[in-house]
This record gives sequence, structure tokens and C-alpha cells, in this order.
Amino acid sequence: MAYAVLVDNVSKQFRLGKAEQYGMLREALISGAKRLFLGKTRKEDILLALSNISFEIKVGEVVGLIGRNGAGKSTLLKVLSRISSPTSGRVIVNGRVASLLEVGTGFHEELTGRENVYLNGSILGMAKKEVEAKFDAIVDFAGVERFIDTPIKRYSTGMRLRLGFAVAAHLDPEVLLVDEVLAVGDAGFQKKCLNTMEDLRSGGRTVIFVSHNMAAVENLCTRCIWIDGGRVREDGDSRTVIQSYMATFADLQQATSDLSAITARHGSGEARYTSIELLNKERLSQPVTRSGDRLVVRLHYDANKAIPHPDFMLRFHSEMGTLITETGTWHHGIDILEVPQGKGYVDLEIDNLTLMPASYYISVMIGGVGGIVYDHVEHCVKLQIEGSSDIYRSSRVTDSRYGIVYFPQRWHLGQLRHSALD
Amino acid sequence: MGLNASWAGELWRYRELFYFLAWRDVKVRYKQTALGVVWAVLQPLLTMVVFMVLFGKIAQISTGETPPALFYYVGLVPWIYFSGTIGMCANSLVSNVNLITKVYFPRVIIPASVALSGIVDFLIAAVFIGGFMIYYGIVPNGQLFLLPFLIVLLFALTYGLGMFLAALTAQFRDVKYATPFFVQLGMFVSPIIYPPSFISEKYRFWLGLNPLTGIIDSFRAAIIPSQPVEWNLLALSIVVTAVIVVVGTMYFNKVERTLADVI
Repeated sequence: MAYAVLVDNVSKQFRLGKAEQYGMLREALISGAKRLFLGKTRKEDILLALSNISFEIKVGEVVGLIGRNGAGKSTLLKVLSRISSPTSGRVIVNGRVASLLEVGTGFHEELTGRENVYLNGSILGMAKKEVEAKFDAIVDFAGVERFIDTPIKRYSTGMRLRLGFAVAAHLDPEVLLVDEVLAVGDAGFQKKCLNTMEDLRSGGRTVIFVSHNMAAVENLCTRCIWIDGGRVREDGDSRTVIQSYMATFADLQQATSDLSAITARHGSGEARYTSIELLNKERLSQPVTRSGDRLVVRLHYDANKAIPHPDFMLRFHSEMGTLITETGTWHHGIDILEVPQGKGYVDLEIDNLTLMPASYYISVMIGGVGGIVYDHVEHCVKLQIEGSSDIYRSSRVTDSRYGIVYFPQRWHLGQLRHSALD
Repeated sequence: MGLNASWAGELWRYRELFYFLAWRDVKVRYKQTALGVVWAVLQPLLTMVVFMVLFGKIAQISTGETPPALFYYVGLVPWIYFSGTIGMCANSLVSNVNLITKVYFPRVIIPASVALSGIVDFLIAAVFIGGFMIYYGIVPNGQLFLLPFLIVLLFALTYGLGMFLAALTAQFRDVKYATPFFVQLGMFVSPIIYPPSFISEKYRFWLGLNPLTGIIDSFRAAIIPSQPVEWNLLALSIVVTAVIVVVGTMYFNKVERTLADVI
């Protein structure tokens, strides 16, 4: 099958430091003269943004490009779009390419919406006739018909975004490169973006999609390429690659946290927490925690003497420090008779983690008779909860705009007729 | 990217964008000014008046047989196009950085479209020359047919030099401060205030090396039938312009490769 995009051993380097600072002609001349007469060699700091990248994308494939910030995804897109040239290697793209690296490129404030549509369309590669033919559809998509002949300096940010995206959405390229345009805009706008991408996919176009929104990537892309440190780290089925990627991500979140080394803690110290593990129901390590998951928090402790009637306690805080919930053996009416000297662990099993996707902190404490505190470590573990489309049994992905917690729930609509939206 | 058939083909494919960018520059300029069209004529007119007083009456530099007003005006129209546009061309890549880093198209279109956008003001001011001719009762002869060719030559010179300066300015920001200074000097080494005959034979060749000399002098000759065309000056202009366009294009293409990275 014919390929749409061929990347063959592409590398890209940038020169850092003094070499890049030739913003001034006189400096460049002086430095050149120095080199000529004194034979000084420039010590160059070279940044290898892309290193021997090779892959092939077939016609009609929708490929996700994922990776940490700074891994080289945007640089790769720029090379694919011919905005930047590779230092070595070659890129071949078959068919008309449209790059969506930004919405509304070239928009000028003084020009009207109509004029900007033509301008932007031309910049993105559409012929004037094409823009003319699609003009009404574009304006309709953006929903700015009333204001189309007003200078866009009067437009709200939302209108500008919608107009810019409307033009881009009506591009008809064979290959489309999209860079995280979905990161901007409100929920309605993002939904429109995703729908457009869906249409493109079902239309048989080749799409390369760079995003941090794993849910969107998984939904749209059959194949995923993971770029790490300028190299291709993994290339294959979306689900698999995303899982590997998320696993490393979660490592930073410390699915297993070593608490023994922490010195910033209160308490008498006769019993101390040594580590915390985040596990799933089967008591296996859970690298990714999602809203609605079953979670087991395993608290490892070490008592250097026998402790009578201890209390194990745990707190969840929001990223801002708000206490979300506190729970402990005391809250459950459990009276532990004694903890013998030595190491051990207790498990807190949460049936349904009804927290929205966000970062949370966990604090832990061991208390005892008469209010004594043996160990108290605050904000020692960061728990990253990922979105899940399952919490209300709809395909809507949850996120932190909808609050901190959610409840298991359902709607009863009486006689009102309804259907599922998607 | 090499200078070959595919490069030329690509430029042709992007010709619409070239017109759109030029159109954008013109539209924006006219939307932002109150005087708009009037300024295109006012600039050469006012300068002409100052010259007439300063160089005509006070310094008493002869303009030959041509009436001073006409002499200055016809020289000023192409000069104002060149001096005004060259600065904008030099800065064009820097001011369009958002396009360069986000979309692909042959970058040379940017300075070229700026050079084209200046032609509108030029044409408006040029039309005014007709008024002068009626006033002085001048009927042009066959030399008038040189005009379209001269306009193209002027555009080529502006575009060629503009392209070179644009590539230079994109890399070295201090060039944009030096450019207006050199442009200012240029006014004195071009036959705007004085006719070429003012400069003694010995140095006329050096004056002729300035491509604007041949262009401006020939502009006058095209309008005023009594003034003969200095063919050797014009030939010199053509050669120098061609060299500038070639050098400019080569340098620009060299810089284009890494443009998005250094700008």
C-alpha cells in the first residue's frame, strides 16, 4: 500500500549558547574576524532535538504522536510541515499537506471576518475559488454570520477561535498535521474539534495528531508513536503504547512511595510509616488510577516497640491543600488491640474512588491512646487520578472542571422523551 | 532548496498567496490612515516644495531645461517607492514571524508581496504626474513606452535588495537600524535633487553604479520628450539590478533553510 508520509533517519540539531546569540551583525563580524585571525574554535553546545527518527505512515492512517513536553513532537511536526528542515535524513510526504499548528494563523485585527477567512484560507493553502465555494459553510460552522463583516478586533476570543478553526476544518488535504489545537478553547469548541477530526478520519484522510489528551488520542488514533528524548521509543497499537507511556508517567507519581527517608515528619517515632503502595483489587501494583477505580492503599509501617491501641489514619487533600476526606481505623470503629514490634502493613480498600481527575496529596498518621501521635507525614504521596468515561456510564470523559468529587447517581426523567446523545 | 524548475513551479503554485499578502498590506495600511490615498500624493508633493525652495532658490542647483517642480516630482515618485518599501521589505520576515513558524510556503513570497504592495501608492502618485504634464503643456513622445519597463525594473531592484536585507535582518536584528541610515544617504547619491550632468564626467560612472541613477533619470526622460534617454546609464542600471536580484535570491535561499529556527 502506498505511503503517505515517509520519515527516513531524520535528525535535527540546534546550536545553543554563543552560536545562537548572533543577533547582532557586528558580533557576528567580530567573531568571524577572531576566528580568522586567532584561529579560535567555537565551542558549540548542540541540542539534538531529533535523533534518527524513522517511520512510515500509510494512506488513511490516523496516527497519534505522544510524548512528554520537550520530547521533540512539535519539532517533528515542524519538520514534517517543511517549516523546519532536518539536519540530516529526509522526509517525503505524498499529497497536499495542511498543518494545523495554530488556529487563526495570519489573522489581522483590522480586517473583517470575511477578509480574514480568505486570507487565512490562502495561507493554509486553499485556492481563492475553494474558499469562495466553502465560504458559507465556514461561516456557518463558526457561527459568526452576523459579524462576518466586522473587523475581528471586535471579536471575542471564542469567536476568533471558532472562525480560525472553521477555516482549518474545511481544508481538504490528503495529509493533516494537528498540534494540540484542542488544548485551547471551551468545552464546546473542543468537542467541535474532536468531531472534525472524526470526520477526517472516516473520510480516509491521513492524520498525524499531537496531543496530551490521552482519551482523545485513544479514541481517534489506531496507531501511536511515542517520542522520547528525540527518538522513537515505541510505535504500535494505540492502547499498548499509551499504556506504556502512562506507566512511566505514573512512576513519577510514585505508585510506590518510600517514606522511610523522609525527615519532615512529626511524632514520637516509636512507630513509623516506611512506605505506601497503591494497588488494585488483586493487590497488584496499579500504575494508573482512574476516577471510579477500586483502590487499595497499602501502608507499610515499622514499630520499634509494641504499640497498644493504635490508630491508622489517612487524609486526601486537593492540590490546593483542601482536606477532601479523612479516614482511619478509628472512624470505622475498629479497635486494634496491639501492634507488635517489627514491620507490618495495613490495607485501606476503597470500593469506588469518586474523585474527579486531578492531582491529590495523601497525608498519613499513626495515633494512639490519649491523643499521642507516633508518626505524621503530610502530603507525602501524590496521587494522579486520570479521567474515565465510565463514571456515569456515558462516553463523556470527566475532568476537574466538573468539581472534585462525584456521586454514584442516575437521572429519572418521568415522561420526558430522550435518547442518548452519542 | 535549489534554484531549479521545481522551485519555480512552487512559486507559481503559491502565486495566489503572493497577491493575498500584498492585498492584505495595502488594505491594512489604508484602513489605518485617515489620509490614506491622499498621503500617497502628498508625500512627493511636499518634498518637492521643500526641494524647490531649498535647492532651487537657495542653493541654486540647476535642474537643466526641465521646470524644477516637474523635475523633482518625477524623481521623487520612484524614490519614495524605493526608500519606503525597502525598509518594509527588510523587516518583512521579522514582522511575519507568526506565519513563518506556523505554516509552510516559499518564504520569498513575503518580501515580494511587500514590494508589490508599495506599487499601489506608487501608481497613485504617478498618475498625478499627468496633472503636471497638462499644466506645463508637455506632450510625451515614444520615450513614454519605456515607462512600463522602468516600473518592472524598479520593482525588481526593490525586490532584489529587499530580499537580501530581509534575510539579513531576520538573522541580525541590528541591520534594521542601519538600513534607514543607508537609505537616507542613498538619496544624495541618486539624481533626485540634481541631474546626472551636475556630476562631472570623471565620477559619472560611479554615480551610474547606483542602479537608481539610470532608473530615475530614465523616468524623467520617459515623461519629458526634450530630455534624451541616457542609454549607458540605463544599461548600467539593468546590469546592477540583475546582479542584485541574483545575489539576493541566492542568499535568501541559503538562509531560508534555517529561517524558522533562527528568527
